[in-house]
Amino acid sequence: MSEDQTVTIEVDGREIQAKAGQMLIDATDAAGINIPRFCYHKKLSVSANCRMCLVEVAKVPKPLPACATPVAEGMKVQTRSPLAIAAQKGTMEFLLINHPLDCPVCDQGGECELQDVALGYGDDVSRFVEGKRVVMDKEIGPLISTDLTRCIHCTRCVRFGAEIAGVRELGATGRGEHMTIGTYIEKSVDSELSGNMIDVCPVGSLTSKPFRFRARAWELIQRDAIAPHDAVGSNLHLHVRRNEVMRVHPKENDAVNECWISDRDRFSYTALNSAERLDTPLVKTRGEWKESGWHEALTRVASGLKEAGSDLGVLASPGCTVEELHLARKLANGLGSERIETRLRQGDFRTAAGAWLGQSVTDLERCSAALLIGSNVRKEQPIFGHRLRKAALEGCDVSFINPLELEMNYAARQIVTPPAAMAGEVAAVARAAGAAGPLIDQAEVTERHQAIAERLKAAPAATLLLGNLAQAHPDYAVLLTLASALAKATGAVLGQLPAGANSVGAQLVGAVGDGLDAMLAQPAKGYLLMGVEPGYDLWDPAAANAALTQSGFVVALSGFRSESLEAVADVILPVSAFAETSGTFVNAEGTWQSFAGAVSPKGETRPAWKVLRVLGNLLDLQGFDHDSSEEVLAEARQQAEGRQLDNAPADAVTECRLVDAALTRIGDVPIYAVDALVRHAAPLQKTRDAIAAAIYINESEAAKAGLTAGMQAAVTQNGTRVILPVTIDPNIPNGCVRIPAGVAGTEQLGGQFGEVTLEKA
Amino acid sequence: MKVITDYIKSLFLLELMKGMSVTGRYLFKKKFTVQYPEERAPMSPRFRGLHAQRRYENGEERCIACKLCEATCPALAITIEAEPREDGSRRTTRYDIDLFKCIFCGYCQESCPVDAIVETRVYEYHFEDRESAVMTKAKLLAVGEKHEAQIAADIQAQARYR
Repeated sequence: MSEDQTVTIEVDGREIQAKAGQMLIDATDAAGINIPRFCYHKKLSVSANCRMCLVEVAKVPKPLPACATPVAEGMKVQTRSPLAIAAQKGTMEFLLINHPLDCPVCDQGGECELQDVALGYGDDVSRFVEGKRVVMDKEIGPLISTDLTRCIHCTRCVRFGAEIAGVRELGATGRGEHMTIGTYIEKSVDSELSGNMIDVCPVGSLTSKPFRFRARAWELIQRDAIAPHDAVGSNLHLHVRRNEVMRVHPKENDAVNECWISDRDRFSYTALNSAERLDTPLVKTRGEWKESGWHEALTRVASGLKEAGSDLGVLASPGCTVEELHLARKLANGLGSERIETRLRQGDFRTAAGAWLGQSVTDLERCSAALLIGSNVRKEQPIFGHRLRKAALEGCDVSFINPLELEMNYAARQIVTPPAAMAGEVAAVARAAGAAGPLIDQAEVTERHQAIAERLKAAPAATLLLGNLAQAHPDYAVLLTLASALAKATGAVLGQLPAGANSVGAQLVGAVGDGLDAMLAQPAKGYLLMGVEPGYDLWDPAAANAALTQSGFVVALSGFRSESLEAVADVILPVSAFAETSGTFVNAEGTWQSFAGAVSPKGETRPAWKVLRVLGNLLDLQGFDHDSSEEVLAEARQQAEGRQLDNAPADAVTECRLVDAALTRIGDVPIYAVDALVRHAAPLQKTRDAIAAAIYINESEAAKAGLTAGMQAAVTQNGTRVILPVTIDPNIPNGCVRIPAGVAGTEQLGGQFGEVTLEKA
Repeated sequence: MKVITDYIKSLFLLELMKGMSVTGRYLFKKKFTVQYPEERAPMSPRFRGLHAQRRYENGEERCIACKLCEATCPALAITIEAEPREDGSRRTTRYDIDLFKCIFCGYCQESCPVDAIVETRVYEYHFEDRESAVMTKAKLLAVGEKHEAQIAADIQAQARYR
């Protein structure tokens, strides 16, 4: 039967059209006919174990589960016939036998599928007088709290883990009355998508731990937002009560995030009310920080910026909105400066290219071969990782060229090589694919390269993606040049996974310049930092600190207090964080998504676009008279009109700067260290993915340096010495040491990649 | 005809006599004026006076922060904040009833699944500033402790009608 064939079925006397082979419940859902269900979830496989969706089908003696019954031509279905209702009521009674009557203390109360269905199908009085089952709760980490007595064994969470998250972290043990959900051996649930289990759980068995007991569903006002941490642009629902964001849920958008969001997007709201939030302007006078009023602080900033004049450098986080970046660029231009940069973690600016996904988000799951260069996509952009995993499960051949081995949740080929050899590996694949050019011609082709090249060539839809590790690589330009040649030779789509929520938007509004080196090598007279903590958000914190310290005047727009900022800044202006400001993000595929503020700015903070607008007025610049962020957006859009991004590099660069050293640092940015908001989100910092600053090194390299696990060692990079603990990690290749960037303890170190030496402390 | 009867009635003060006879009768009847505050009128166990929060016999507060009272309150007089207590149980950190907003409808008591919030027989209280019109959790519990015996008896008496 072909897939597009339609059949006509009759449900409750109504004729509806359905696709042949579709399950009955899909057809009735599409037609708006409600059938109660617990275990069925449209994005998960059918398990048909809850039996709640039993319906009567003509000519079948017993009721059938709608979620596991394919439609057939002429099928006659009754969802509300006496037989169906009796079956549904019976199921409901059995489900309620062991379900505790603790709705008043249950966090799911008010938004519980079991509560809703019990109202329609349950009886008023229970006939069950025997003792109810009690299950001990399990501790499964800082994000999800469990109340397993409430579990109705729908196994949605188990299927979510196996099918979507790709890690079988939860499972059902025991049978019948003794069946429980758990982790088999005592461990936490560590998937980067684990929070979605809270959403799929139809009862209050799995609930959000940071949100626990804090509010009721009926108190919350739902507002839309866009996730600020990665370039996916996941659509969010912020649930707000009394001007406070209480929790974050996904907003369904099949073109972007389907109905999932990453834990980073879900729990980062906890930082909004962290103790480190900055809520009054700070001014440094004679080396001491003092709280001040806006007027005084802004006057000081205006005079400082005026003095800097055309020698002003703007460093803005790629998580700033289009509006903020547009105004920042306009402000810099108005003062005569062209120096603005948002690619804060890029290691190489020798060539210019417009970094974007190169395709739509949904194309990712349709590709049949993919090669990712320098990317831990699963942790960098979890939803893209999920899309690629979906593709891989459909037969897509996924390969990685990375400086460290990744924990994969699907079958993929991994080439793990020290950073200095990465270009050689890409060149080898390019040569195997038939490309020619410098570096490529010298590359040594092995079977693995051949295999990757062949798959890329043969695939009807192939893609090459450069991730954050490639962008941070000191030979990013070389990698990009080689990848571009490889893409040409194989016909694959060349794409990049931009780092920030608005990396693409930043390029469209012209908030990119000649690179960080140009900005920091010669200290500017004045710097404007937007959402940047110099020790954590920049490729080379040491160089950045040096330049900022030498600069005459540094003003920072920040949502948080931070030592690394207070060390270099002269004025810190408190700006509204995510959820408090309106704005627009352009995601990796180039979709403009605007959002409004959901809560009012905390304390004396103000949206950054308003601060920049007023600064423009104080500096007597033209064109700073916007009354709303929409006006700024309209102006920015007008300027971005016609700008196209192209991943292909403007000039071919084939000269490698990173040479083989005895030990090379791999400075990846862990998933929960990407921006200030995430770094201050307490629950996320308690997870296993919150990687601490340490020396991650394999056993043989550690032995060479005379180090053992747990001991303290000194790392020296570019003359800076830092003491860190040693952790043995077999995933790091020889000649390399992984010292994550963006985490406390590494704010003095140099670039994310580079030569380091180790010694016993 | 009516003119004549009206004339006779007004001439002999018949209406007045009628009224005075009622007054006269009550003059010699048993007095029913309640000499408040020395005397009190009888009260129903359903009386809806000042609010109180109750504790269990072991001293544990009853309220579990389900927020049904907050949801049902037609005057939006109740404000609750909750979080897990140290032992992991669900408790309120704030439970305020604004008596200026409260209309004493008793819905909070009716909605409470654990008989934690009740309206007592207390009707004599005053405030000296606006802030003290807000019954905080501590104040509510104090009222509950003071009148527990009466509250328990009233709830017992009404149990069969609920």
